[in-house]
Amino acid sequence: MAYSEKVIEHAENPRNVGTLDKDDPNVGTGLVGAPACGDVMRLQIKVSDDGVIQDAKFKTFGCGSAIASSSLATEWIKGKKIEEAEAIKNVDIVNELNLPPVKIHCSVLAEDAIKSAIADYRAKQAAKRGAAE
Amino acid sequence: MAIQLPIFMDYHSTTPVDPRVLEEMIPYFTQKFGNAASRSHAFGWAAEEAVDYARERVAKLVNAQSEKEIVFTSGATESNNVALKGVAEFYKDKGDHIITTVIEHKAVLDTCKRLEKEGFRVTYLPVAKDGLVDPAAVEAAITDKTILVSIMLANNEIGTVQPLEAIGKITRAKGVLLHSDAVQGVGKVDFDVQKMNVDLASITAHKMYGPKGVGALYVRRSKPRVRLVAQMDGGGHERGMRSGTLNVPSIVGFGKAAEIMRLEGKAEGVRLLALRERLRTKLQSKLEETYVNGSMEHRLPGNLNISFAFVEGEAMMMAIKDVAVSSGSACTSASLEPSYVLRALGVGDELAHSSIRFGLGRFNTEEEVDYVADLVIAKVNHLREMSPLYEMHKEGIDLKSVAWVAH
Repeated sequence: MAYSEKVIEHAENPRNVGTLDKDDPNVGTGLVGAPACGDVMRLQIKVSDDGVIQDAKFKTFGCGSAIASSSLATEWIKGKKIEEAEAIKNVDIVNELNLPPVKIHCSVLAEDAIKSAIADYRAKQAAKRGAAE
Repeated sequence: MAIQLPIFMDYHSTTPVDPRVLEEMIPYFTQKFGNAASRSHAFGWAAEEAVDYARERVAKLVNAQSEKEIVFTSGATESNNVALKGVAEFYKDKGDHIITTVIEHKAVLDTCKRLEKEGFRVTYLPVAKDGLVDPAAVEAAITDKTILVSIMLANNEIGTVQPLEAIGKITRAKGVLLHSDAVQGVGKVDFDVQKMNVDLASITAHKMYGPKGVGALYVRRSKPRVRLVAQMDGGGHERGMRSGTLNVPSIVGFGKAAEIMRLEGKAEGVRLLALRERLRTKLQSKLEETYVNGSMEHRLPGNLNISFAFVEGEAMMMAIKDVAVSSGSACTSASLEPSYVLRALGVGDELAHSSIRFGLGRFNTEEEVDYVADLVIAKVNHLREMSPLYEMHKEGIDLKSVAWVAH
């Protein structure tokens, strides 16, 4: 299968590869997918007190399209409010990377990873507030 | 010598035509272009003579008793189809049972599926962890309704070489026909239809440095005389077993390719085994958590199928895009299912997704092997740095204990 230029560019020069401190209350971690399915994405966000995603990092086990989808996702969500990041849909990723039908699940996984990281961040914040009260 | 990119290490998929083969083919396109079935003039006679010579050369490669036992086809897919369907149709009054293995090529498996729809019963034998079928399991599966056993010589993904001689003893004693898809192994490892009691064998030119689009079916003519129903009707070429004007230039090339394999295959195997082991030891000495899939002992000399844990196969192929290899990863197929061959060995899905098949062949050099080994080591390390699974592994997390959400 031939890859789009954008997939190749992201896969060869992935943005924001790395790890944030998962125990930091301002960090949300999403881990989605399964090794047996051939792709696992971990996407992490660090959120400021006013709800802006200051930093985003990912690590992905998966094909070039999965790596490109998660790289693009981190690039897009950095600097966004979490509500804006939450609104990103997998079709946005499909269109930007020109993913073929057989690779659409990679974009779904990236959307899930964003949502999962945000959910983790919110759960941590709720726990923190609960502990403070 | 400078390395030329891209490097081809996918010799199980196909091979380039050997220049010596091409040289013999060329006159048959423009000068000796006759139809081998034209019995009335010199053009036809020249073509027929060339085909007969090629038939002898191919017959010698498999040690057939007579060149009349070679039927030219369009390739091994056709040979497998004719062997299975043709035998099933001819012997259907004798029995309705066929035995094969779960790791056969799709040309055999899907043909068996078709025969099942037509009312035949098929037993798909499992293989052990090393990718080999147990001859005792073949014997146990044979019933008085069994007409054919079809077992490949060497597997196209993992290169494992099946114990055909032991299986042939059993099928001969039981009076059951034995077919072998010998595409990957012939000329590269021992294959002898007489010694192994093989009754039908499928081979193809393009896996042995001949042209694409031409193959052969060996059909035994005595003790026992194998009968089959032709699947292509027409002018009655190839003694009625395969109608259609013969592809003379390609058949000439096939003959030359077969002769080169017969004369040089053994020495070439020694060289390829050394290259393969050079590649394997370099990779395994520098990379932890790498696993060779299939038997190391009973294996094609040029095959290395290896899983690099925590790295997905397609991402790996993309990272080494100047090296042509193949992967058992789901992402290389439209189905998103990982290799059924690796699954049959009991290789877990995650390691199947991480597998890379290196297929070494005639034109690979030691310099290429060294270049590829260094590149693969660097890229596996790079992709592992990007892999959440590798990070978890390093933290001591047992990946099997994680509650993964499959999607």
